[in-house]
Amino acid sequence: MSMQREESLTTSGEVISNYTINFGPQHPAAHGVLRMVMELDGEVIERIDPHVGLLHRGTEKLIEQKTYLQALPYFDRLDYCSPLAMEHSYVLAIEKLLNLEVPIRAQYLRVLFAELTRICNHMLNMGAHILDVGAFTPNLWIMDLREDCLNFFERASGARMHSAWFRPGGVHQDVPEKLLVDIGDWLDNRFFQLFEDAMSLVMDNRIFKQRNVDIAVVSREDAIAWGFSGPMIRAAGLPWDLRKSQPYDVYDRMEFDIPVGTNSDCYDRFMVRVKEVYESARIIRQCLRDMPGGPIASSDTKVVPPKRAEMKQSMEALIHHFKLYTEGFHVPAGEVYVATESPKGEFGVYLVSDGTNKPYRCKIRPTAFSHLQAMDFMSRGHMLPDATAILGAIDVVFGECDR
Amino acid sequence: MAVLHSAPKFASNEGVIEAVSETISVWLIEASEAHGEVIFRVERDGIEKVLRILRETHAYQQLMEIAGVDYPSRPERFEVVYMLQSLTKNHRVMVKCSASEDTPVPTVTTLWPNAGWLEREVFDMYGVTFAGNPDLRRILTDYGFEGHPFRKDFPVTGYTELRYSEEEKRVVYEPVVLAQEMRTFDFLSPWEGADYVLPGDEKSRGAPAVAEPKTTEKPADTGAGKKADEAAAKPVAGGAPVQKDSGKGAPGAPDPTSKEGGR
Repeated sequence: MSMQREESLTTSGEVISNYTINFGPQHPAAHGVLRMVMELDGEVIERIDPHVGLLHRGTEKLIEQKTYLQALPYFDRLDYCSPLAMEHSYVLAIEKLLNLEVPIRAQYLRVLFAELTRICNHMLNMGAHILDVGAFTPNLWIMDLREDCLNFFERASGARMHSAWFRPGGVHQDVPEKLLVDIGDWLDNRFFQLFEDAMSLVMDNRIFKQRNVDIAVVSREDAIAWGFSGPMIRAAGLPWDLRKSQPYDVYDRMEFDIPVGTNSDCYDRFMVRVKEVYESARIIRQCLRDMPGGPIASSDTKVVPPKRAEMKQSMEALIHHFKLYTEGFHVPAGEVYVATESPKGEFGVYLVSDGTNKPYRCKIRPTAFSHLQAMDFMSRGHMLPDATAILGAIDVVFGECDR
Repeated sequence: MAVLHSAPKFASNEGVIEAVSETISVWLIEASEAHGEVIFRVERDGIEKVLRILRETHAYQQLMEIAGVDYPSRPERFEVVYMLQSLTKNHRVMVKCSASEDTPVPTVTTLWPNAGWLEREVFDMYGVTFAGNPDLRRILTDYGFEGHPFRKDFPVTGYTELRYSEEEKRVVYEPVVLAQEMRTFDFLSPWEGADYVLPGDEKSRGAPAVAEPKTTEKPADTGAGKKADEAAAKPVAGGAPVQKDSGKGAPGAPDPTSKEGGR
């Protein structure tokens, strides 16, 4: 951190001095590359000016250069802690423009893996949050659970993080039966033992509560006005969850509750995430129980590539394959805004199509943008070390924030 | 059209256009519904008032996003799109207005505090200015960056690149030098309206008119003269050697397969 002393005379003649410090961009609690210019009065934060964009890669511009399918892997690289949730909004936006029906098994698979992603993301966020306020052990324990999730992703898609597994029209490949069995087994016999152990270390921990309770209280009105979403708005007591209010895929068949906070502080945000993990596990179990067999991608051959075996026999399949991987499919002209409940909040994709094989414009609505913007008013009057707790409770990832 | 997709389903759009249009008719240019999205195109100067009416009268409490779009062929090339969400009605609408480089859009930071950064982003990426935004700095691009990268006429590679200079012991900015040409493939089917002539296809749509047709007066001008023809007719080798059948198999050749046993 670099410091700079500013002195100013007050009307009564006494000198007050504010410190301006640079928090980040290379700070372990900055969750990536965030630079915050903080103005401190002693140890009390007077003003924060977050400087974002240090990870800006121009994803939206790059997407305009690619076909719809080629643009998909860019989404994994937005919020790299919950890659499948990023893909979800994008494929749904394409399907909405195409008005493409997705087979029911593919919808179940998507929901199952979206929820697994949510668990995976919360493991990382909660671990980091706990670490930021001083506890070490729980992070190590639940990071192990995150590793399990990543192994499941690897078994489904071949990649631990950048899966590119959700595709317009369904998913890329079906999962092995054993994987589904193992996920159920993991939930029953491994996950909760370790998770509950780790949480029992912090949930009633005196230090953890002192660092989080009554920190960055946001009223309902403010949460709405600042465009909060996800656990941030639910901690403020609003039972707002896009999975429930605007269901997509098979979320309308799922039975789950929306945990809400009462105090709207950092502790509530943390606890909302803890409870969400249980709800996600509930959804996963329902998916495993009810998932039917059948195709995993739409039968529309103009969008979904043919099966490998089919290509050896059918000339038409071969042509479709060639056309889909060179030209790509055309999406009817129009514009949609599709938002899903990513683990961090509302993740939206505003897709403008001009009828060709490439998106004309793809605006990504990151969750962190609105939340981070509120950093200034949330941390005003709090102490410097509280800034890390506030930041941890926002759950910010810069791949997504800066795009 | 029946809804087949499984994208998020919010409350019905029925009656929304009529109810909203009535209250914002002064500024409304066009209201439309396509792909399940309700879009109001309004006049730029009225955008703040329209959004205020939507928030206060029609309960669209949240501003989720402001997106800029560039349409270089239009007289006012930029479009600014506001995505609103109603928590109480569980509904979403989009409101858009057009702008050019030198026509500022009234800010909506007066309505939603989070519009500040969203407007900064549109300004940074497209150069649309927002009148009344108290803090219209760049947000995503580098300190000291010039230009507006998301405009369609801005190259993907940009104009400058930076590297660490060992001599100067700091990061230096230099003009972009591409080791190979930027590869852009156009995979659009030519029979679906490509506006260029495919290689080898030059004559298909009538060759371009030439002022003076080329004629060949002397045989030497054609490139293939008598001498060359004679030379080409001359045999080079004595022909392939005649193969002789000795009646025996070549040394090392496998035994012929027996007539009855072969499988």
